[in-house]
Parts: sequence; C-alpha cells; structure tokens
Amino acid sequence: MPKVKIDGVEMEVPAGITVLQACELAGVEIPRFCYHDRLSIAGNCRMCLVEVKPGPPKPQASCALPVADKQEIFTQSPTVQKARKGVMEFLLINHPLDCPICDQGGECDLQDQAMAYGFDRSRYHENKRAVPDKELGPLVKTSMNRCIHCTRCIRFATEVAGVEELGATGRGESMEVTTYVEHALSTELSGNLVDLCPVGALTSKPYAFEARSWELTKTESVDVLDALGSNIRIDTRGAQVMRILPRLNDDVNEEWISDKTRHALDGLRHQRLDRPYVRIKGKLVETSWDQAFAAIAARLNGMDGSRIAAIVGDQCDAESMVALKDLVASLGSTNIDCRQDGARLDGPRGSYIFNPGVRGIDQADAILLIGTNPRAEAPVLNARIRKRYLHGKCPIASIGTVEDLTYPVERLGAGPATLRELVEGKLGFFEKLKGAKHPLIILGMGALAREDGAAVLAMAHELAGKLNAVRDDWNGFAVLHTAAARVGGLDLGMVPGEGGLDVDGILAGCEKREIEAVYLLAADEFDTSRLGKAFVIYQGHHGDAGAHRADVILPGAAYTEKPGIYVNTEGRVQIGRRAGYPPGDAREDWAILRALSERLGKALPYDTLHQIRARLVAVNKVFAAIDQQAPAAWGSFGKAGTTSDAPFKSTVPNFYMTCPISRASKTMADCMASRSQLMAAE
Amino acid sequence: MASLDRTARSFLLSELITGFALTLKYMFKPKVTVNYPYEKGPLSPRFRGEHALRRYPNGEERCIACKLCEAICPAQAITIEAEPRDDGSRRTTRYDIDMTKCIYCGFCQEACPVDAIVEGPNFEFSTETREELMYNKDKLLSNGDRWESLIAANLHSDAAYR
Repeated sequence: MPKVKIDGVEMEVPAGITVLQACELAGVEIPRFCYHDRLSIAGNCRMCLVEVKPGPPKPQASCALPVADKQEIFTQSPTVQKARKGVMEFLLINHPLDCPICDQGGECDLQDQAMAYGFDRSRYHENKRAVPDKELGPLVKTSMNRCIHCTRCIRFATEVAGVEELGATGRGESMEVTTYVEHALSTELSGNLVDLCPVGALTSKPYAFEARSWELTKTESVDVLDALGSNIRIDTRGAQVMRILPRLNDDVNEEWISDKTRHALDGLRHQRLDRPYVRIKGKLVETSWDQAFAAIAARLNGMDGSRIAAIVGDQCDAESMVALKDLVASLGSTNIDCRQDGARLDGPRGSYIFNPGVRGIDQADAILLIGTNPRAEAPVLNARIRKRYLHGKCPIASIGTVEDLTYPVERLGAGPATLRELVEGKLGFFEKLKGAKHPLIILGMGALAREDGAAVLAMAHELAGKLNAVRDDWNGFAVLHTAAARVGGLDLGMVPGEGGLDVDGILAGCEKREIEAVYLLAADEFDTSRLGKAFVIYQGHHGDAGAHRADVILPGAAYTEKPGIYVNTEGRVQIGRRAGYPPGDAREDWAILRALSERLGKALPYDTLHQIRARLVAVNKVFAAIDQQAPAAWGSFGKAGTTSDAPFKSTVPNFYMTCPISRASKTMADCMASRSQLMAAE
Repeated sequence: MASLDRTARSFLLSELITGFALTLKYMFKPKVTVNYPYEKGPLSPRFRGEHALRRYPNGEERCIACKLCEAICPAQAITIEAEPRDDGSRRTTRYDIDMTKCIYCGFCQEACPVDAIVEGPNFEFSTETREELMYNKDKLLSNGDRWESLIAANLHSDAAYR
C-alpha cells in the first residue's frame, strides 16, 4: 500500500486509487464538477487541482492522477488556491447570472463552490455565450447557457443508462452537449441526469419552478413502484409531495432511481379516494366511515367463511397485509392470495426471492434471463446488469421475447421448450453457465405467471441444481418480482390456506356464485369483470379498476402517507416512513382493518404500530432484521408437468404505467406519448 | 431658615408663576406637532411602509418567484407559489403577505434581486377587519401601480448609497 503525505499528514492508502480519492480518505474535501464516483474519469473541469511532489511544477487534476508511494499532496497551498480561483473565474465567464430563476439554486455545486473560490465581480466584459436549449423529452428541462461542460450527463447516458444518445459537438467555447438529432432520451433512467448535473443546465421538467430546496421537508423512505425497493427521499411541502430523489444504498439502487419512481408522484394528487363510498342502487354514494362499516357488517355477519375471499394488491405494506390475513382468518376463510398475476410461487423462501441480492449481480460471471425484461421491470437493476456486462467476461443470455436491454443478450429461444433443452444441456449456453463460478439465473414473472408456471419453476430449480448454482458460498437462483408487496406477502403466507382458493379460483368462484364477498386490498391488476355479482369491498388509495367495481370503498393511504414495511425482491426488509397525511377522510390501511375488525366483532389484538410490527415478527422473523439480507431456506419446489408452447412474455409491457399511481400520473402519460413518438420515428 | 424660605415662596406664589411663565414661553415658540391627517411629517426615502410589487416600464411584473424574500422573512409572513407561465418564464401564481405577521424589517426588499418587492412610502393602510390585511398578489401589484412614481424616485435617490 502506498504511503502518501496529504497536507503534511502521512497515511497509507489502497493502491490504484486516485489522488482525489486518497484525499477523501484523509478527510480533505476537493472541489470537483466533472468527477463522479460511479462514472468514468473525464478530468475536464480542472476544479480538483492539487499540488503534487514529486511532479511537474504546476498543479495537477487530482481526479485523474493515480496515487504513488512517497507522494506529497498539497490541497491548501497558495498555488492551489490561486489555481482553483482561476478555474472558477473561467467557469463563470460564460455562466449566466440567473441563479434567482434557476431551479438548481440552493443545491447547486457551482453556487456552493463559487462561495469558496469565486471572485466577487467579473473581469469579463465581452458578451456571454448563448446556446440554444435542447429538447430531451418530458422529464429533463434544459438551459444550455448554464452548462459548464463537465460531461457527467454524457458519461451517465453512455455508461450507466446504456443509451449512446448524448454527446458533445464543437470544442472550447463552442462546445455543446446535444443529442445530435433532436429527440427525447430513450432511457428509463433519465431523471438521474438532473441529479448528476452540477449546475442548472439539466433540471426536472415536471418540477420546474415548483419549490426551492430549502422549503422542503425531507423524509427517507422506500419506493414501491417496482419490486426493487429503491431507497428514496420524499421531499414534501405542506401536505404535498413535491419531488422524489434517490437515497444512497449500494446494496440496492446505488444512487439511481427509475423515472417512474421519481416522476409518478403527480399521480398521488389525482384520482384519490378521500372518503368512504357505498354503492346504493348501482351508484357509489359518499358516506361516513360508520355507515361504510355498517354496510360491510350487514353483509359479512353470518356469512360462511368459505364464501369470503381476499385479494392483496401489489403495493401494500406488510402491516396491512398481516392485518387482513388475521381478519380473514378470524372470519373463517382461507381464500386469500397476494399473487394477482397468478405467479406460481409458494415454496420455501429461497424459491421466491432474488437470492444473490442485487450486489450479487456484480459477482456473477454468466447470467441467464428467463421470461423477464429487466429494463421495464426494474430499470435500476438492469443498469446493474449492464455495469456487470461492462466489466467484461460475463455472457448474458435470455429465454423469452426480449427487447433492447442496453447490453448484448444471446437469444436462446422464446418458451419453456428452450428452457427444457437448456436444462438437458443441449444448448451451447449450458456449457458457459456450467463453466461459470457464479452463474446467475434470473427468473421473471413472465415465466411464472402462467398456467405452466410451476413446471417452469421446477425446470429452473433443476437447472440451478445441474449448474451447482446453489451452494454454501453462492446462490445464483434469483426471482425478479414486479410487485413491491409480493415478497412481503409470500413471507407472511398470503397464499391460499388449506382448501383455499387462489386468485383464479376466487374469480371462478365469483362467477359461479360460490364466493359472495371479496375484499380487495388495493388490488387492481386483474380482470375485475370476473367478480360477477359478489359483494366487493375495495380498500385502497386510488379510484382504479378495483374501486370502479366496488360496493364499498374504504379510502386508504398511498406509500408516501403511511409508515410501512416493505420487502423487496431480494427479501430485504425495508421501512418506509410517512412523508404526509392521506387526503380527506382516508386513513392508514392497517388501522382501517383494525377498526373494521371491531365492527365485525372479531377485534384484532393490536392497537399500535408497535404492536402490529411485533405481530409481523411473530408471523415471520425475517421482519425483525431490517435492511439485512440473510441466506434463505432452500428446498425442492415447483411441480414438474407439461408446458405449453407459448413464449414467455414480460408482465410489464409498458414501463410507465404499472400501478394505480402511475396510471393517474400525467407525467407518466407524457412519457408514454413521447416514447411511442420515438418508436414511430424509428 | 429653610422653613422661612419655603413659607415665603408659597405666599408669594412663586411656583405658580414659574409654571405659567414656562407655558407662556411655549406659546411664542413654533409648533412641533402637525395637524394630521391634513399635514404630514417628512418621510425618508428609506421609509419601510406598505409593501408593493413593482412592474417593469413595459408592464411586465418584475417578480421572478426566486423565493428569496420568503426565505429571509423572519416573521414568515410571505407565501409564494410558482409555476412556468405559458411563455415558459418563471412567475408566481401566488404571492401572499400576511401584513399582521410582518414586522416591517425590510429584509424582503433587501433580498429581492430584481427590486420587485419593496416597502413603499405608504403607512396609511389600516383596515377595519383582519382579513383585509392578508395581501395577495393582485393587491400588491395594484399597490405597486399606485405608488410606482414615488417608489421609483425613492429608490433612485437612495441608489447611490446601496
């Protein structure tokens, strides 16, 4: 390990890092614009200049200089200070003085560093540069006069997002960041460009001029719009969610989030259920909580348990799920299911989680995707796979109808037959998987949410066995979910109990009038027309498919409005915190179920959030380990059987609209329109 | 001896005469009071009275919704909401000042980068109800229109010292 002296303090640093990183380890902050931890090094802003001995007698860019033994680094010397001030003055030559109307104002790197290194007046009397603004789609607003040419956006688009659409034309003062031919960016991660931009050249379009960073209340929470459970920060002003930003978590989302996570928030303002409704003579009529509960009690009291069923939605918190499970059980029913899409998953924990964890992708050296389109199902996870691909020596193949995933994928085939061939070792890719030290099999809902899902699962299990992908030091069997509540639901055993019916059975039962009452806990993603004449209670936050069909509507809270526990696809238990209160008369979901249980005469034994969380731990002790990933139980699962010839199709055909929140969002509709325009142009 | 002196003073009414003499003296001095509201005292160009939102000479409102006044206001009397106007420029959709909260410190006009919010020379804006003191954007802009010539003159005369 090289020994270096930083500002007179001697220390040992790991070999191969840069001077800037070494200074960071020493606790010395180096100003920078173009350098970013997760992007390649560009070294073009020159803000990170330091003096290094031995070396040439001039300051050097520390971000691009590797540390060497016996190096002496000076970060505060007069030469360095003077150099940084010079660089800052040059950067400000063409930067407009429009901080008051710039959305970056208050959280701008250039503003902050100009406070430290800026000169209080300009010595430049010529006209400032004027650059035409570019159109980058409905999410990113540009103001190219402000650009300081750090090229972070270009590097992000090329490296992380995997769309080589941004670039620079011209040199020096006439350099411009552009898409060459003007078009919207075709990536699901474009919102991150806004976070990366150190100045206000790229700002968020939906959030334009809405609020200032200093007037927002920040709440650290978890995203539920896909199953990855990205760590987010919810910024609110008063009762309104103003924006959502990523939170750093190297194990899950690094520091990126998808556009849906970031921008579907305007869906939280529209189509909300804010008071209870009861259907009277075919029309939904506003009512009070008391009367809504009375209507439910009138129907459910005395009804045989086997005629009652419950379907759990895709974005529920664990608290409300366990409350529903206990309530349904106390009514004597076992008809409960959290797998709205009909995914054939109910085995040991290892059979339904992303066992290697998102971090495991970095380790994998051969990846097989089965029936999944990670780019639409979890774009941030897809970026992680791309990162692995860029590291090299990792063949990736796919079974299923797969679109452009931003990295090359060998297409083995489309359906279960191909998987069978692969299991039997008839395909060339089998050898690649077999030869890999850390083979990774990613199984998507496209392969499991179908009639022969159990047989596919069995085949995948067999494949994992043949590849020795599941052993003590590595578990390469990964299920990529599309619903944020799914793993939590399976952990809580929200699957049909003894003699119980699954979603398909419940709906068939409704059609045959065997099921008389259905409780929908924010469940909208199934064919509600099949509910027939059943008495439908819908508890949720949006007026979506379920609420349309409901006989009684109980207004619940969306994920930003309640404290809740969510389990992501890796089986990581994460806590979401409340950033605001639900609108109108709406309440937290578990509290609604608790209140209803009392009216039905089956009071649930918990009154506080603390008590219900204790109940969660009692049901499954994984809920005690917050933000940890433990090895999951493994065993035999799936059911060998005949498979159909139908190709695997991703269950997320449209990334932008997958849930009631994103369907109610105008921004997401704009994104869709822009994307389809782009497709049509191609 | 002291008691004799005191007795003589009281019999000769000397205290009364001194008092009346003082009163008489002030009868011939110039008056220090003004006959408000018919007369008013002079105001400094820096006087911090009722708020106004100014416009540019072409009629465009100055305020760009940067929210610096809202941020600096120690009484938190200012509330601003903004969104892009149809032409894409940054403008307020709401600019409220709660005049009952305001402490007339003048920080808002100091913070304003475009001289939009100013405290004008008007101090006669008392109202009969509390609600009338919740100023909105229309009220502030109309104040600006009404007082613009005086405000502009004040700003001009004070500009050299800023």
